[in-house]
Amino acid sequence: MARRELPEINAGSMADIAFLLLIFFLVTTTMNVDSGISRKLPEPQAADYVPPVIKQKNVFDIVVNRNNQLLIEGTDFIKVRELKELVIAFIDNGGGTGNPMDGQPAAECDWCNGAKDEASSDHPNKAIIQLQSDRGTSYGMYISVQNEIEAAYVALRNTYCLKKYRTSYTQLQKDMKDAQGKAAKAAIKVKIDNAKKHYPQIIAEPEPIK
Amino acid sequence: MSKFRKKKKGLPAISTASLPDIVFMLLFFFMVTTVMRETELKINNPVLPAATEVKKLEHKSLVSSIYVGSSKNKNITGDKIQVNDKIINYTEVQAFILSERAERKEEEVPYMTTSIKADKHSNVGTILDIKEQLREIQALKISFSVTKGDVTKNF
Repeated sequence: MARRELPEINAGSMADIAFLLLIFFLVTTTMNVDSGISRKLPEPQAADYVPPVIKQKNVFDIVVNRNNQLLIEGTDFIKVRELKELVIAFIDNGGGTGNPMDGQPAAECDWCNGAKDEASSDHPNKAIIQLQSDRGTSYGMYISVQNEIEAAYVALRNTYCLKKYRTSYTQLQKDMKDAQGKAAKAAIKVKIDNAKKHYPQIIAEPEPIK
Repeated sequence: MSKFRKKKKGLPAISTASLPDIVFMLLFFFMVTTVMRETELKINNPVLPAATEVKKLEHKSLVSSIYVGSSKNKNITGDKIQVNDKIINYTEVQAFILSERAERKEEEVPYMTTSIKADKHSNVGTILDIKEQLREIQALKISFSVTKGDVTKNF
């Protein structure tokens, strides 16, 4: 019965203490998660390296000048918005035979939905995007172009994955993150790698214009 | 009626007993999400460009950041590169990456990513200089830090 008479501890100032801490953390918090466009740089080449000969039709030439204007294939001025569709059309063209894959002899691209134009790229694994920028180009523009190229590849891989696995490439990447266990992860990774193999990202960035 | 009138004697105090609980809840949330800013920027805080195809950077401990932006001093023009707490020349980028590598375990080195946090008005030339430096010492994984948004607002 003595318990009843125990005085209650005054918790009134608890809120003050908590508020003080709360305000401290509120002020020091930076919520930004670091996210960005990932790129893998090409390995450094030996000085005597001779670049392979590439057919001009397999190169999609993008030039960005110092006024942030886009010139493609040396002829057309376009807006950034139009770039994605053009890149998709170029990569997905499939007008000839590609490089040998999986030890198979060179074959036509049987998953491409392109126009099969003779004058455009032969095969996704031969199609090269060449991005030539000027030293004075603004970084924002450069990122926009990089983003559109990336978007084009993602769109192509999405179509490919939807057809083959009935899930999109983006969904596969999400699944990969959520997957539990090594076996499940490996199974998804096979699919992702397969999509990457069928639409490999080949982006060349020559020396900038001075 | 008299039953109701009795209560009008005085407003009862609102119980604040649960206030600490609410505040503590918020406190824990912020404590968990807090990332202390590790570097003091000597350049103007870069306005990152916007993009749609963003990927989150995982393994924060394996990321080294390079900041590019304009100098806080208005008389100095051109892009400045900052790593850690100092402004450097682009030729010193390699030394920075090597020192970052030295802090990590050997087996983690291939997974290290360089995050370039550059202002959208900086020049591509500066960025390409940094890229060339990184390429020479095999720091091949890079990430252009961006915010999510519309690409046409970048220029």
